[in-house]
Amino acid sequence: MNDITHRPKKLKIATTSLAGCFGCHMSFLDIDERILPLLDLIEFDRSPITDIKHCGPCDIGLIEGGICNAENVHVLREFRRNCKILISIGACAVTGGLPAQRNHLDLGSCLTEVYLTEPGLAHGHIPNDPELPLPLDKVHPLHEVVKIDYFIPGCPPSGDAIWKFLTDLIAGKTPELGHGLIKYD
Amino acid sequence: MNDTFQLDGASVPFAPGQTVMQAALAAGHYIPHLCYHPEFKPHGSCKLCTVKIGNHTAASCTMPAEAGLEIESDIEELNALRRTLVQMLFAEGNHFCPSCEKSGNCVLQALGYDLEVHTAGFRHMYPDRPLDASHPEILLDFNRCVLCELCVRASGEVDGKSVFALAGRGITKHLIVNSASGLLKDTNIALTDKAMEVCPVGVILKKRVGFSKPIGERRYDQRPISAQALDDAPRTPTGAKHE
Amino acid sequence: MSDNAGSNTAHLETILGCHDHDPGKLLQILREIQEQYGHISPDAITRIASQLAIPRARAESVASFYSFLHIKPDGAYRVLFSDNITDRMLGSEELMRRMCQQLWVEPGKVSEDGLVSINTTSCTGMCDQGPAMLVNGRAITRLTHQRVQEIGHLIRNRTPLADWPADFFRVDDNIRRKGLLLDNKLAPGDALRAALTLGAANIVEAIKASGLRGRGGAGFPTGLKWEACRNAAGITKHVVCNADEGEPGTFKDRVLLTSYADLVFEGMTLAALAVGAQQGYLYLRGEYRYLLEPLQAILQRRRDKNLLGEKILGQPEFDFDIAIHLGAGAYICGEESALIESLEGKRGVPRNRPPFPVTHGYMQQPTALDNVETFCQAALAIQMGAEKYKAIGTTKSTGSKLISVSGDCPRPGIYEYPFGVSVRDVLQDCGAANTRAVQISGPSGICIAEGEFGRKLGFEDLPTAGAFMVFDDSRDMFEVARNFVHFFAHESCGFCTPCRVGTSMLKQTMDKIAAGHGTSHDLNEVENLDRVLQTSSHCGLGRTACNPVLHTLKHFRPAYENRLKSLDFEPAFDLDGALARARQMTGRDDTGAHLNTEET
Repeated sequence: MNDITHRPKKLKIATTSLAGCFGCHMSFLDIDERILPLLDLIEFDRSPITDIKHCGPCDIGLIEGGICNAENVHVLREFRRNCKILISIGACAVTGGLPAQRNHLDLGSCLTEVYLTEPGLAHGHIPNDPELPLPLDKVHPLHEVVKIDYFIPGCPPSGDAIWKFLTDLIAGKTPELGHGLIKYD
Repeated sequence: MNDTFQLDGASVPFAPGQTVMQAALAAGHYIPHLCYHPEFKPHGSCKLCTVKIGNHTAASCTMPAEAGLEIESDIEELNALRRTLVQMLFAEGNHFCPSCEKSGNCVLQALGYDLEVHTAGFRHMYPDRPLDASHPEILLDFNRCVLCELCVRASGEVDGKSVFALAGRGITKHLIVNSASGLLKDTNIALTDKAMEVCPVGVILKKRVGFSKPIGERRYDQRPISAQALDDAPRTPTGAKHE
Repeated sequence: MSDNAGSNTAHLETILGCHDHDPGKLLQILREIQEQYGHISPDAITRIASQLAIPRARAESVASFYSFLHIKPDGAYRVLFSDNITDRMLGSEELMRRMCQQLWVEPGKVSEDGLVSINTTSCTGMCDQGPAMLVNGRAITRLTHQRVQEIGHLIRNRTPLADWPADFFRVDDNIRRKGLLLDNKLAPGDALRAALTLGAANIVEAIKASGLRGRGGAGFPTGLKWEACRNAAGITKHVVCNADEGEPGTFKDRVLLTSYADLVFEGMTLAALAVGAQQGYLYLRGEYRYLLEPLQAILQRRRDKNLLGEKILGQPEFDFDIAIHLGAGAYICGEESALIESLEGKRGVPRNRPPFPVTHGYMQQPTALDNVETFCQAALAIQMGAEKYKAIGTTKSTGSKLISVSGDCPRPGIYEYPFGVSVRDVLQDCGAANTRAVQISGPSGICIAEGEFGRKLGFEDLPTAGAFMVFDDSRDMFEVARNFVHFFAHESCGFCTPCRVGTSMLKQTMDKIAAGHGTSHDLNEVENLDRVLQTSSHCGLGRTACNPVLHTLKHFRPAYENRLKSLDFEPAFDLDGALARARQMTGRDDTGAHLNTEET
């Protein structure tokens, strides 16, 4: 496994977005042409970039978005089982973010308002199809559900921050962001 | 003649009556702090400025400077402690930086940046803290309160109004305003009050001026708080070398 | 009772008048209004603030700090079960559950008819005769299922507290072993006369020579404190007696104030002579409210005998009197500077020190503040002379110590020993068998296990304020620690970040472990929190809040480990439970509508 010193084996990276907006993925793409040298070092497993649906054994998992429903929990657990290093990326994954601002509201009243009492809704009903994941009563950051190894804060973190973090990590360094790259907004 | 103490190996001069924090800042040495403000009597509640003197620790903002003290501040043990304290404050309140008007100008946030805090780490408490938008010109968003009491001190000591106070105790401690209705509109707060300027986070906000500065131009976008705090501190540049 | 709260303002005016509209008496005013009306209404707060000419927010801020003051309407009968671990060991939790069922009320809530609220409170100091409760502030001891049921009936019939059986309120001294203090034959005035013969300066010298150290736990030399206070510059000096006996498992001050109050006041009076104080205060914890009238009667008797008041015992320059200040449910006020803040009518938040109370105490004036037992010991030391006093106990811990024994033993109560007695000797005397651990000096003290029972009580080895809680081998020491952690979280004043947030997080984590969701990750978190509390808390509460966990982890780590999942991480909340609301709203109950703890 540890042949990294000689001929670095490409690291496998999986990414996904849970209760997020894909903004962190967009920001990842903001590393622009640096994606080419990066691809010399890594290959993508499950990711919106590859459209692979399930994650195999990986070195690094990058997850944006918090945990707002049962499916998020399953995906998060799949990542945790398969990734040696799991990273929370972006405000939602790290703090719950924007979706967590519903946490002081009762889920029942949210569903009622959205599906039943909102003006203009006739014969509305709360969706109960078993295909749909059920929402949790509160939105949680990832580290409250599984163990998370690293966090890249930001809404979204800049392409530069993601680049710095990943290249540190790939080089075997404890990632540091420093002034200008670390931000929570 | 000036007495001095040692701070991380540097000699820091001080005047009688100064605290370790005051002397350090005046001499150009930064010690992280949140509830300390140069214009108010320090009270030492946030504990971010904790320093080590031999085997014991103390809040440097309330600790009287004494000649010959050997103080450690910028060491990993204390920075780790400060990181945890910042994380505790983030987990205690509802700090959603992306949607906060104070983002970029927020002391708590800037401290997190400077200390490389990547996550609150702890389980978020997500307390229910309804905001007070009753006042025509001022908004109170209690979600972000870190209980530093700067507004309490400013309103009491400078404005002579006591618009703010802390109620409850322990983890239920919270900010209240001075009116029977509990609403800000029924207090005598004014936009010109000192209390309007001192909130280190985004609780006390002037309405309709949020997000006025673009990202990149805000206070802590440009300089980290460790540099900015020294600019803000009353300096005695002559203190060290002359007399 | 709480009828017509707020509308009847005559009482309010009387109460304000009794306290001369003095803002410094704010807490006493609020406490009396609470007693009169059952809660302190927003209207009352507004009126108090305007009458005292203080900001309304300040009155609200103080009223909301103390747990016995309610700023929202509470039950006409407010039942608080003492929640010390010793009460729990005697079955308090089951008693409370049954009472809630009997009266159709949820813990912490007010019944729909406003008749009753049932909740828990920190240790009420009746550990030797528990389980105990407070009803509208009155202590009730020796609860049994039958007694609780009778209380339920009395409440349902709205029987006034004054008509309840007197036996409910009986509080026994349970003195099991007497020594120089409990066996003293002093008549009121004896020690004071001895002190007058010595003269003020020599009292200080004698106390210094006696080696007397504070009995509240910290053990500061009393003579040095009095000397510093005597030498401090000030307009008015004060003597304050700390009778805020809040450390769970401690009840010796209650016994002293019940049966030895003259000696307490005698000690305070000679302290006043020594330091040159004119005014004294006894800060009595709210839980001991029932002692107020008897204590006031004793003070009056002492005034009548010229042992208090002007020109005491005919001494032209010796004027001194004592007032009683009642607390209102805040353990933190046992900390001396928080006590002084509270005495000044403020929130009980510990001050920054220096300066210390001996120079800047009550009203920023020099103040000699000591524990109840310390004043008694000082009176004895003066009466018998330093040399004789010093001969008792050990070199660094002179004199005797009252120990409050409770928990798993057939003879709980008060034991007086010369300092230096071993834990094993105390266990033997109280008849404890199969002892697993002893908690010395309460939750903030030390938990010791069997191998250490040879250790000795005293400042050289095991300093103690007096609590001695015994746990036999049927007890789960994790649950003991968890009870203590809850106590600290409830009693944190909230001033500093580490204690306010840290004690709460510690509580969450201990609860998570208790619920079977703990992992090694959580033990690491507990240890990290302990470190933060210990190094950065503002006062002793935060710094010692981690002791119960640290000590039990040291001696009884398997009690924690047995509860841990083998996984290295588990969520702190019930994932499946988090879907319950959505299941209810959608009517779904299929497999997809559930989350297992672990995925297979």
